[in-house]
Amino acid sequence: MKRYFKSGILVTVLMALTASWSHPSAARENESEPSVQQIVERTNQVAYYQGKDGRADVNMSIVDDQDRERIRKFTILRRDDVPTEDQADQDPNTYAGDQRFYIYFKAPPDVKDTAFMVWKHVAMDQDDDRWLYLPGLDLVKRIAASDERTSFVGSHFFYEDVSGRNINEDEHELVDVTSTYFILENTPKEPERVEFSRYKMWIHKDTYLPVQTEYYDKRGEAYRRYKVLNVSRPQGFLTVMKSRMEDLRSGGHTTIEYSRVEYDVGLPTDIFTERYLRKPPMKYIGK
Amino acid sequence: MSAWVAKCPAQEPSLPVGLAEDPSKESTQGPSLPSGLGEKTETAFDGPTLPSGLSGEKPSVKQEEPQKKQRSWKLPPDMSGYWEIRSGVRVQDDPLEDQVSLAETRLQLTYDQYIAYYFPSGHFHLTSDLIFDATLDDLNDVDLEDGEGWIDLRETWLSLTPLDFMDLKAGRQILTWGTGNLIFLNDLFPKDYRSFFLGRDLEYLKAPSDAVKMSFYSEMVNVDIVYTPKFDPDRYVNGSRLSFYDPALGTLRGENMPMEVERPDKWFDDDELALRMYRSMGAYELAAYGYIGFWKGPSGMDPATGRRFFPDLTVLGASLRGPVGYGIGNTEFSWYDSRDDSSGTNPFVQNSEMRFLLGYEQEVAADLTLGLQYYLNYMLDYHRYKKALPPGASDRNRARHWITVDFTQELMAQNQLVLSLFVFYSLSENDCYFRPKVTYDFTDNWKIQIGGNIFTGKQKTFFGQFEENSNVYAAVRYSF
Repeated sequence: MKRYFKSGILVTVLMALTASWSHPSAARENESEPSVQQIVERTNQVAYYQGKDGRADVNMSIVDDQDRERIRKFTILRRDDVPTEDQADQDPNTYAGDQRFYIYFKAPPDVKDTAFMVWKHVAMDQDDDRWLYLPGLDLVKRIAASDERTSFVGSHFFYEDVSGRNINEDEHELVDVTSTYFILENTPKEPERVEFSRYKMWIHKDTYLPVQTEYYDKRGEAYRRYKVLNVSRPQGFLTVMKSRMEDLRSGGHTTIEYSRVEYDVGLPTDIFTERYLRKPPMKYIGK
Repeated sequence: MSAWVAKCPAQEPSLPVGLAEDPSKESTQGPSLPSGLGEKTETAFDGPTLPSGLSGEKPSVKQEEPQKKQRSWKLPPDMSGYWEIRSGVRVQDDPLEDQVSLAETRLQLTYDQYIAYYFPSGHFHLTSDLIFDATLDDLNDVDLEDGEGWIDLRETWLSLTPLDFMDLKAGRQILTWGTGNLIFLNDLFPKDYRSFFLGRDLEYLKAPSDAVKMSFYSEMVNVDIVYTPKFDPDRYVNGSRLSFYDPALGTLRGENMPMEVERPDKWFDDDELALRMYRSMGAYELAAYGYIGFWKGPSGMDPATGRRFFPDLTVLGASLRGPVGYGIGNTEFSWYDSRDDSSGTNPFVQNSEMRFLLGYEQEVAADLTLGLQYYLNYMLDYHRYKKALPPGASDRNRARHWITVDFTQELMAQNQLVLSLFVFYSLSENDCYFRPKVTYDFTDNWKIQIGGNIFTGKQKTFFGQFEENSNVYAAVRYSF
């Protein structure tokens, strides 16, 4: 059971609720190309921070190399952890700080009704805080920080794919600009801590949405690929509605689909506390 | 998405649905080739086609519903559960017990009804197990409080939020608090040690309480009050399924020697009150606990009749849990005041004691978690206890020091295979309890579990007394 949660679930969530206000014209207005740093920061912003809060239903299909499918279904609630005193002057489009997540599992049956909570901290020296509630035991368990590059809920996504890799962990190079994409190549500063030697991102120029990411091993071969399959703009927030991570060596892949995506729901802060771990906020989760 | 699959990695990716420039040309469902890329992408450089939805055009608000699988028969959505077969055998002869330690099949059914329409945040929950247990002589001899017989009613409760700052949960419920891993200091809710030692699923370690739980929330502190109108003891080891060392007998006691036990059973008189006050300070969780009731096992004896009883007990304690280094640390303390023997001079009533726990858990390698705990159980009136012992009676160590080690390793692409080992080791009595377990998920619904409960040590020690109950078990479960 624990395996589902140990490496943060955050991941998925994030994808879903990560769009940003789209400013389709921003890039075009500026004739000169943005700097690499600007692209990286804007992309991070777009991919992981949308609205002040949000909810989504998530359907995850994990297909192994022999075409056997496993399904994970859960609801994610997310709230940006903007300090109250800063709220007035905080521009929602530039906030890139701490966030809180609540994940309520609906399938598979043996993890149904399990709730998972994450307080995501962006500071490099602070691990995320994670709690797991096991209803059969009425147990609120604290989960230790884990390797960010291990499977998230048994899928082909890693924790880090979902929660976002800290942009300061890589060197970034703009290797190409096409009419549609900025193409970034990212090399880890501490290669011994990760399984890839580099990864390449295709970032949509108009929206800064990362549309595809490919990971290369030490021999330079691509072995893992993330791809956005469907995008929508519920309430005007650019949102990845469907995406896939593929293991190019085995052929296994995981597809994530989001539905009932809503932003600025007005989630109270106390949803992300022990009270609601033990008593799921069905009002926001829905049946 | 055919377009996507067709592309080889070296090519520029097509835009996903929703990102194309001209949404009119794409179907919302299928991954059309990125229309939209129109003039802009003619010269394909290295890059993907845009996903649908990235168009600069009018946002399409329509969201794709996840595909629903067609099934001929479906369980009502509010119901779930599992069906399981589980059996186990002793790994050595126990003259006092059957060789077969477990032979049962159970169907667990859970029903949830959210009744917010009638009550604020109302939720009704029912979980019940229907059991065929081949080790029982009479399945019809149902004991709902002890979980024996053909039915084990695990939960039947109603939960409400009558006020913004208050929750209420009433009925048969599982209750847990405290910070220990398989060690309980301030959690005085009933445990089922028979299930635990026999190798039932871990969730059966907690037995239900028939109680009312009131919770109050505020910025300063949160308070839980649990009132149990009629005492709910542990499902303790009593000889019926597991033999144990009985100091009064001076030997092991098994199923043919039932104990006479007097259980406090007067409603609203033999009651229990448990309290927890807690709050978080940043990432750290601080709690204080209190309990007024009885020892949860029959640890008192009337020397004249030999009858066992549950002595009065009051407990006070505190705990702290939060991040330490790369892992999670916790510490907990409690003081057990054995009120039927406040002076500590009655050797037939459990002595007052102090309990202390220090724990740490960390992921030490990818998918490998290691947990360590140190636990101390210290008798407070030891000298009086020793002095009052009848001549020839065996005494126990004043301090019981335990170390526990917990490994969990997840393996295979989808982490379907989980290996775990939990070890209790007593430094003071040199006895040991090993809980190895392997779980494999064949599918989302089917899983198997193989494990063991292996005890070693001298007969008079805490774990050593169960040595002849050492067992291995296997289970197959279908969840729905």
